[in-house]
Amino acid sequence: MCGIVGLYIKNKDQRSRLGQLFRPMLSEMTDRGPDSAGIAVYREDSSTDGKLTLYHDNPDFHWHVIADEMESALKTPVTEERIASHAILRAATDPSKMREWIDKTHPEIRVMSAGRVLEIYKEVGLADAVMERFGVPQMAGSHAVGHTRMATESAVTTEGAHPFNTGNDLCLVHNGSLSNHNRLREWLRDKRGIPFKTENDTEVAAGYLTWRLNEGASIKEALEAGIKDLDGFYTFAVGTADGFSVLRDPIACKPAVIAETDDWVAMSSEFRALADLPGVDKATIWEPKPGTVYTWGTA
Amino acid sequence: MGDRVTMEILDLGKDDLRTINRRLQKRDGEDNVSDFEVINPKGSHALACGLMHPINVTIKGHTGYYCAGMNKEANITVEGNAGPGVAENMMSGKVHIKGNASQYAGATSHGGLLVIDGDASSRCGISLKGCDIVVKGSIGHLAAFMAQAGHLVVCGDTGADLGDSIYEAEIFVKGKVESLGTDCEEKEMNDERRAVLADLLNKAGADDDPADFRCYGSGRNLYHFKIDNAGSY
Repeated sequence: MCGIVGLYIKNKDQRSRLGQLFRPMLSEMTDRGPDSAGIAVYREDSSTDGKLTLYHDNPDFHWHVIADEMESALKTPVTEERIASHAILRAATDPSKMREWIDKTHPEIRVMSAGRVLEIYKEVGLADAVMERFGVPQMAGSHAVGHTRMATESAVTTEGAHPFNTGNDLCLVHNGSLSNHNRLREWLRDKRGIPFKTENDTEVAAGYLTWRLNEGASIKEALEAGIKDLDGFYTFAVGTADGFSVLRDPIACKPAVIAETDDWVAMSSEFRALADLPGVDKATIWEPKPGTVYTWGTA
Repeated sequence: MGDRVTMEILDLGKDDLRTINRRLQKRDGEDNVSDFEVINPKGSHALACGLMHPINVTIKGHTGYYCAGMNKEANITVEGNAGPGVAENMMSGKVHIKGNASQYAGATSHGGLLVIDGDASSRCGISLKGCDIVVKGSIGHLAAFMAQAGHLVVCGDTGADLGDSIYEAEIFVKGKVESLGTDCEEKEMNDERRAVLADLLNKAGADDDPADFRCYGSGRNLYHFKIDNAGSY
């Protein structure tokens, strides 16, 4: 079991309330996954800077030193912002270059996310405490995806927490378990050059989508191809820079429910996570069909 | 007090689930309250489970996992959608979902009537043991898997593998069947079956014409181990 939630705010006037609406959704899913919690927020920054969310297990880690080093290496100004155990580094450059530099120069630092709008925060512990630590309830943005984890196939660590980000501004959360992840990871790493950081099955699914997107597929096409290539049980919620998608495997044992109004669309493992959203009593509510890709925004 | 019928409102916004289920089960002594309304369910789990008296319960909103499980005698209405496993293992009484139902609605139920006004998703009525289920909308895949007794009526369409490995339950479908499961086959729609179907549609308040339905049941080929198949195991 795990809990997943996603909220995409269609009405731009309400995007300042993203974190406030999202917090009770993830909080309600705590008992589906008390091991760790993670949140991916699409912040709609007006700048086109590249941005990394980074994690180090030393809470007093010298992020300013890293920012200075990156600045001289990439020859562009880099700013840093410490947020609890995480930090955000921003620079007017390609986020892939920033990620590459960190991975090569500072393998002790974990890149939680890379992109232009995406930030990912994740920690071991209960959802409320994790959200509080990173100030999620105060965050504004277009959409957010969250996960509460009950670990099954790999260790309870910050690295093993969802969401997973493998390509710029892409994130994936997953309820279920994949059975062909070892062989697929090997193939993606050895034949397609997709790097992996953990033994986690969900990271393989995220890497698979990144590979498909790099090949020119839309997220809808990438997910549709995934129905054939990913073996196992899953409900996925996927965030991209300007969109949000949901997919369940064809057997569809893992639960999911979607609610939509003119202002927002939300999905969750269970209705109770959606019960307090404004206007939910008038929302269109349905269970996503097995093996069917749903997308919103310009995903 | 005499025979006076009274109505009691139970608020899940105020009281916890165990308190409310305890009240609905009348575990602190019987009284003559025959009608209950449950407000603010907000998708909570295992609501109105294990009821044992002929009372009327109306739930005002959507419910989560396992609503109305193990029901005996009670008449339970959900004015919203029901989550996975609604009316699981019902013994008698009636459960009426006014919205849609999620996976394995009515699974393993022995008796009573489950009515779903909207759609039901996958595995509706799996291992059915004598309950009657009427779905006014459509249902998902693997419905009535290994169903042993009872009836499943679907006024809309069904997903794939309907009635896989079915024993003696009967399935009536008005719309399209995506595919039949192993050893499930179409049966002749005779007068006896039409009468059973008409009665179920009537009880469920559905005005569909029994003449528009087809009947499906067991081919009875999976009942016994066949030595010719030994190589397949």
